[in-house]
Amino acid sequence: MTTLDLTPAPGAAPLPRMVLAQTGAEIRAMLRNGEQLLLTMIIPVLLLVGFSAAPLVDVGGGPRVNFIAPGVLALAVMSTAFTGQAIATGFERRYGVLKRLGATPLSRTGLMLAKTLAVVAVEIIQVAVISGVALALGWRPAGSPLAALPLILLGTAAFSGLGLLMAGTLRAEATLAGANLVYLVLLGCGGVIFPMSKFPDSVQPVLELLPISALTGGLRSVLTEGSGLPVSAAAILAGWAVVSLFITSRTFRWE
Amino acid sequence: MESPAVEIIDLVKRYGRTTAIDGLSLSATRGAVTAILGPNGAGKTSTVEICEGFRRADGGIVKVLGLDPSRPELRARVGVMLQAGGVPPAMRCGEWLRLMSRFHAHPLDPAALLERLGLTGHVRTPYRRLSGGQQQRVSLASAVIGRPELVFLDEPTAGLDPQARHACWELVDDLRACGVSVVLTTHHMDEAEKLSDRVVIIDHGKVVAEGTPSSLTGAERQLRFRARPGLILDELLTALPSGSAAKESPSGHYIIEGQVGPELLATVTAWCAAEGVTADDLSIERRTLEDVFLELTGRELR
Repeated sequence: MTTLDLTPAPGAAPLPRMVLAQTGAEIRAMLRNGEQLLLTMIIPVLLLVGFSAAPLVDVGGGPRVNFIAPGVLALAVMSTAFTGQAIATGFERRYGVLKRLGATPLSRTGLMLAKTLAVVAVEIIQVAVISGVALALGWRPAGSPLAALPLILLGTAAFSGLGLLMAGTLRAEATLAGANLVYLVLLGCGGVIFPMSKFPDSVQPVLELLPISALTGGLRSVLTEGSGLPVSAAAILAGWAVVSLFITSRTFRWE
Repeated sequence: MESPAVEIIDLVKRYGRTTAIDGLSLSATRGAVTAILGPNGAGKTSTVEICEGFRRADGGIVKVLGLDPSRPELRARVGVMLQAGGVPPAMRCGEWLRLMSRFHAHPLDPAALLERLGLTGHVRTPYRRLSGGQQQRVSLASAVIGRPELVFLDEPTAGLDPQARHACWELVDDLRACGVSVVLTTHHMDEAEKLSDRVVIIDHGKVVAEGTPSSLTGAERQLRFRARPGLILDELLTALPSGSAAKESPSGHYIIEGQVGPELLATVTAWCAAEGVTADDLSIERRTLEDVFLELTGRELR
């Protein structure tokens, strides 16, 4: 039998090392989970390929992929930052993982930082895969990626806030059902694939305030129309981020 | 003077209208193993979780290593084993311990710890596929991997098979030998008796007795034997020295208390011979912690 030196030698690791270790664990968990991959990779790519190839929706002029690709990028951000994060965190709360991690030197701030970094890392993979497929389908993005980046970051913050709000207050099963439902509803009426102009004039102004509409609309005006950073879309996303993260910080229950 | 590992004075914890902990005071010495013993619902887990910083006290003073339990610097100095769960079900057990080790400055080697706890063959097994006993051992490993000064173990051997129980006991012995303070909860008397330097028996959120296992069980010895049920003990009692007591509890198990010595033994065996009774499993023993526990907390089920 191995002898272990159990003599006390307590001490926390440096914060960056703890955060990186937790980030790695979160990324591996996301990439290993079949349902999550379906949501974050497979569905977006299938929608991209399907709706770009077949004339199922009237998207106005120009190659269909130029309309679809920005919408699918927005969907990918939502699937990881909102749906995936809400479900994973909800079950971590249920299984006592958040409680257990609370007894380690990793602070709650450190844990949230790790979750954010993991979401961003998975988004980088998603953007690479989706852009690669879209380019292969003939996508020719206009505008600067640098103008799209702030939108993606603000969208990530807004969707993370909403996802953690659900995960920190509802039961894990309710979060699972709710997060999937919200994903479907926002996929349908947030301009991801069906243009906002197809909706009745009366509901359009309301739908345009949704975070997904702001992200799809904003990405489209940059990547399809070649404009600079769209201020109104960025403002809507920032508003969602501030409000949802603020409420989350007040209501999140760790166990 | 160095502060105790844990010091609790007049602790009160309420959940809604129920008072789970009702003026509990106890102290756990550094470098010693303290067992908190009590029936289900006595307030063991609430007490420990307040010390671990998971719950807030509604009254009283709690100091862990001399500090308020909410202090962040305690997270590195204190190891925690939850009663259940805490590990992501899909995570491999080796991966989980490596992650835990990365949170500490001078951690134990995860591979050596897994070997020590007999989990080497399960490094790549997802946590949810481990047996209950294996999951418990992973939790135990997580509690000690950061080389803490103080370890809280909440029912560490609940549901373990005998091998795993002994592995856990050995680890607790080693922790003590290395100067680590241990506070554990249990409702296994043998565990408290075997492992701990000090036992605190709690019931209804209060301490009902405390001391070393031997001070609690007392020096008094008993003579015990088994025989057919329903023996009439009156004649035996008259033959025994005054101050002795004889009872049948439970049926077929006889206990003789008093000045247990050669004389008493001879009287009992002579009486058995006269009655034509063969006394099985005749033994002279001290009261067990279980006897003390049942006397203090009652025999009725709850």
